[in-house]
Amino acid sequence: MDQTDRALLNLIQADFPLVKEPYRKIGELLDLKEADVIARLKRLHESGVLRRLGGVFDYRKLGYTGTLCAIHVEPAKIGEVAAYINTFPGVTHNYLREHYYNIWFTVLAENRNKLDEILELIRKNTGIGEIMELPAERVFKIKVNLQLE
Amino acid sequence: MLNMLSEQDKQIVRAVQNGLPLTSRPFRAIAEQLELSEEELLAIIRGMCESGWIRRFGAVVRHRELGFVANAMVVWNVPEELVEVKGKIMAGFSEVSHCYQRPRRSGWPYNLFTVIHGQSREYCKKVTDKISKATGLTDYRLLFSTTELKKSNMCYFE
Repeated sequence: MDQTDRALLNLIQADFPLVKEPYRKIGELLDLKEADVIARLKRLHESGVLRRLGGVFDYRKLGYTGTLCAIHVEPAKIGEVAAYINTFPGVTHNYLREHYYNIWFTVLAENRNKLDEILELIRKNTGIGEIMELPAERVFKIKVNLQLE
Repeated sequence: MLNMLSEQDKQIVRAVQNGLPLTSRPFRAIAEQLELSEEELLAIIRGMCESGWIRRFGAVVRHRELGFVANAMVVWNVPEELVEVKGKIMAGFSEVSHCYQRPRRSGWPYNLFTVIHGQSREYCKKVTDKISKATGLTDYRLLFSTTELKKSNMCYFE
């Protein structure tokens, strides 16, 4: 990654132009040819830095429901339990964290019933007793924007 | 809000959640599929951004590959009547990507959650110190992530 890649990523995390030819527009802003912008983005995508280019939706506004869950799992069983939890498409984030509650995951579902079904399946099929559910009651901020120097 | 989503809206959500192609006119194929002009499609997407259905349109990057290897979820025990004012102060920190109020549970007294992505644990600790000083809150814990077990893009209406 060079300085131009960094400038490119900084720009398109925040201001992706919603125009017919966005890569040409980005090129104009960074003084690059359209083909160079596309080639750089392809390379960043292939190297894994760029996950995707698109819309990040507010699940609440789409009518979905979601929650954060924390569980305690014996170290020896972490791999197996995490693999099962991760099979659900609605589980979008899952982290191992340093705490008694060592697995933290988020679940999204179309409605409360479907969310409960997923949590019940996880309880039943992993043998964990308790899932500490911590749904967001109020959102003060969501803004992931990693500026690169 | 749910009943305001038309079938066409859902089709657009499906089309733009998977990522744009890296071609000169990335919206053209989607527009054709929906029997819209590119301008019409772009106007709808802009509208979705303005109404907040789309929180952000652009690049989703992998933090770790970019050197942001430390991820701290900082949990704070905040008196109920102070949550609003302290939450707003925390949200004002550019280093904080997420700030949520969540319920307390038995044995779990923490009700405000902030996420800090940094290039090191020391950085996350320094930011937490700054937040602690700015809010006067001292009952908190940093939960660093040691492994990312999953991070994926939600596929709606599929």
